[in-house]
Amino acid sequence: MEKINIIIDNKPLQVEKGQTVLKAAHAHGIEIPTLCYYELDGVKLENRPGGCRICVVEIEGRKNLAPACATEVAEGMVIHTCSLRVVNARRTVLELILSDHPADCLICPKNGKCELQSLAQRLGVREIPYQGEQSTYRKDLSPAIIRDVDKCVMCRRCETVCNIWQTVGALSAVNRGFQAVVAPAFEQDLVKSPCTYCGQCIMACPVGALSEVDQTRQVITAISDPKKTVVVQTAPAVRVALGEEFGMEPGNIVTGQMAAALRRIGFDYVFDTDFAADLTIMEEGTELLTRISKFTQGDKNVKLPILTSCCPGWVNFFETNYSDMLDVPSTAKSPQQMFGAVAKNYLTTKLGIKREDMVVVSIMPCVAKKFESQRDEFKENGNPDVDYSLTTRELAELIRQFNIDFKTLPSEDFDNPLGESTGAGVIFGATGGVIEAATRTAYELFTGKKLEKVDFTELRGLEGVREATVDFNGTPIKIGIAHGLSNARQLLDQVRKGNSGFHAIEVMACPGGCIGGAGQPFHHGNFDIIRKRQEAIYREDAGKPIRKSHENPYIQALYKEWLGEPCGEISHHLLHTHYFDKSKHIEIEG
Amino acid sequence: MAKVKLAESKINKIKEICTSFGNKPGEAINVLHKVQGEFGYLPAEVQEVIAQELNVSVAQIYGIVTFYSFFTMTPKGEFPISVCMGTACYVRGAEKVLDEFKRELKIGVGETTPDGKFSLNCLRCVGACGLAPVVLIGEKVYGRLTPDGVKDILNEYRS
Repeated sequence: MEKINIIIDNKPLQVEKGQTVLKAAHAHGIEIPTLCYYELDGVKLENRPGGCRICVVEIEGRKNLAPACATEVAEGMVIHTCSLRVVNARRTVLELILSDHPADCLICPKNGKCELQSLAQRLGVREIPYQGEQSTYRKDLSPAIIRDVDKCVMCRRCETVCNIWQTVGALSAVNRGFQAVVAPAFEQDLVKSPCTYCGQCIMACPVGALSEVDQTRQVITAISDPKKTVVVQTAPAVRVALGEEFGMEPGNIVTGQMAAALRRIGFDYVFDTDFAADLTIMEEGTELLTRISKFTQGDKNVKLPILTSCCPGWVNFFETNYSDMLDVPSTAKSPQQMFGAVAKNYLTTKLGIKREDMVVVSIMPCVAKKFESQRDEFKENGNPDVDYSLTTRELAELIRQFNIDFKTLPSEDFDNPLGESTGAGVIFGATGGVIEAATRTAYELFTGKKLEKVDFTELRGLEGVREATVDFNGTPIKIGIAHGLSNARQLLDQVRKGNSGFHAIEVMACPGGCIGGAGQPFHHGNFDIIRKRQEAIYREDAGKPIRKSHENPYIQALYKEWLGEPCGEISHHLLHTHYFDKSKHIEIEG
Repeated sequence: MAKVKLAESKINKIKEICTSFGNKPGEAINVLHKVQGEFGYLPAEVQEVIAQELNVSVAQIYGIVTFYSFFTMTPKGEFPISVCMGTACYVRGAEKVLDEFKRELKIGVGETTPDGKFSLNCLRCVGACGLAPVVLIGEKVYGRLTPDGVKDILNEYRS
C-alpha cells in the first residue's frame, strides 16, 4: 500500500493513499466525532452520505471546512480536527440538528445509548439557540419494530442497511426539505412493506427513531401472577453478549450468571434454547438425509438444496421474495418455536398444568423473533407457543430493574429436562454454526461411523458467502453459507436457476449470524465486538463435554418418551411448519 | 387514491422504456421522466414495475418521485390549469386568482377535479410578465386576469 505524508493536529503521519481523512485519523488514534457515518468493516458495509457535517475538519489552503468522512487525504495535507473554527462549526451543526429533535430523552428507548445524546454531552451543549417549528409524523407500530421518525436525523444509515446489506428495500428517504423522512414506499406502515423485521435498521439507528417493541412490562406482570408458571428459554448468542450491558469486555461468556439472574427475576423454570437447537438438528438433519437419499434414488419431486429455517428474518425474506420456492426450505420450526411447542405440549403434561397457565418467554438476540412468536400458525386457539420474545437488551433492562448486581452473581445451571445442550446447540449463534451442527449429526447418521474431528473449520468465518464440500465417507456434500440477505439472494438466485449444485444452504440475516443480531447490545459499528462474540461462541462449544446433538441424553429421552422418531407423527404436527406466499404488491387504500 | 390495475400493454411500455435506459438503477430519474411523459403521472403500480425492472426498492423509487417536484402521482385533468406565481404575476394578484380557482373547482394545488376535467398547478414565470397575472389552461394563455374573470373562463371549458 502506497503511503503519503500528512499532518493532523500538528502530528506528522504516514497514511495510506486513497484513505479518507476520517479513517487516516482513526488509524492513528485521533478520533473525529461522526453521526451519519456508519461502517461494519467485517462485512464491507459503509454509509457515507457526508450529510450531517459533524465530522468537519479544517484543511489548510481550503476556504471551506471539509467533511472528514468524504475527503480523501492528499500528499502534504495539513489538517486540524479541533481548531476553534472547527469546534464552533461542529457545535452549530449539532445545535441545528437538535433544534428539530424532541428533547424527551428521559423516556426515549435509546436513553443512555444514543449517539446524538453522547455528542451533545461531548460538545457541551447546554441550550439550543435555534427555536422554531418541529417536524411531526405519525408513529408506526409493527409487531416488532417501532418507527418514530420525529427523532430521525436523516443520517440514512437504516436506508443503507435495508437496501444494500439486506436488499429488503423497506425504507428510503422520501419527500424533501422539512417534510423529509425515512419511510416505506408510499409512506405506508411497515407491516405493508417488504420489511423482514431483521431489525438491522435499529442496530444502525444512532437515535431512537427506530426501536424494538418492548415487552418487559408484560413479562413482569406474568411473573407476578401466582396462577402462571413462567418458563424462560435463552438463545445461544445471548450468553456471549449480555455481559457487555454490564460493562464487561465483549467475548465474555456469562451463561451461568444469566441463568442465576433469570432465577432471581422470578422465572419458575430457566431453560435453554440450545436444547431446542439440538432438537432442530435432529429434525432438520433427518430431513436433509431423507431428501438426499430420495434424490440419489432418482426421485424427481425431492428438492435440493435444503435451506435452513431457523432465522425468522430469513423466513420472512424468502416468503416475500422467493414465494415460488416455498417447498425448498426445511419445514423444521426454529429452535424458539420448537421450544415453545415442547413446553406447551410436553412440559405442561409433565407438570400437570393447563396450557393457559403456562407462559413461555424467550430471550433472543433478535427482533424478528418477536414477529415469529406472533405468527398465527404458532398458536393454539389463540394461545401462542411462545408468549413473549425479549431481546438481549430487554433482559439487561429487566436485570437492572430487579436491582441485580450482575457481575457478582454466582454461576448457576439451567433446569432440566429442557436445559441440557451440546456444543452443537451453542454454535447456532454464529454464521455457519447451524450447518456445522447439522453436519456433525448427519455425518454420523449417514455413514454410521463415528466422527473423529467435530470441528468443521471450513464452515466458519465471516465471508458473506462461503462454500465448502464435506466428505461423507466418499459422498461429497456441497454446502453453501450466507449471512446478510444480499448474500442469501446471491445463493437463492442460483437455486432458482437450478444450477447451484448445493445439498444444503444455511442463511442468517444478521452480520456474523445471531451474535450480530438486532436484539444484541448496540455495537455502534464496532465490528470487533462481533468478532469477539464469535470467538466466544466457539470457545463455549469447545468446552462442552458433548458436542453432537444426537448424543444429548435429554434429547434421546424426549424421543423415547414422547416424540418417537425424528420427522415422525408427533414431530410432523408440533415441530414442523409450512410457509406462505407473502410477495408484496402495492395496495393503496382510499 | 384508487387502486389501478395496469394493462398488459402499459406494463410492456414501461419495460420498454426501462430497457432503453439499460435497466440501470442510475437512470431512474430519466426513466421516471420518460414514463411520466407517456402516462401523464406516476401511480404506485407504475413505480412498482419500474422498481422491479431497475432492481431497486419501490421505497427508493418513491423517494425520487417525492423529492423532485416535477414528478407527480396525481393524474392531470383534461384541461390542466397553471397559475404563474412568478414575481411579476405575484405582485399583481396571482394569489387571489389562484384562490378563486381553488374555490370554484373545490380542489387544492396539485389536485384534479373528481370528474377529471381540471387540474390545478402553480409555475414560475412563463416569460409573459407584461400580461401579469398570467394563467395557462392547456396551451392557451390568459393575461391580466382578475378573480372576477375566473368563472367565465372556466365556463368556456365546462360545456
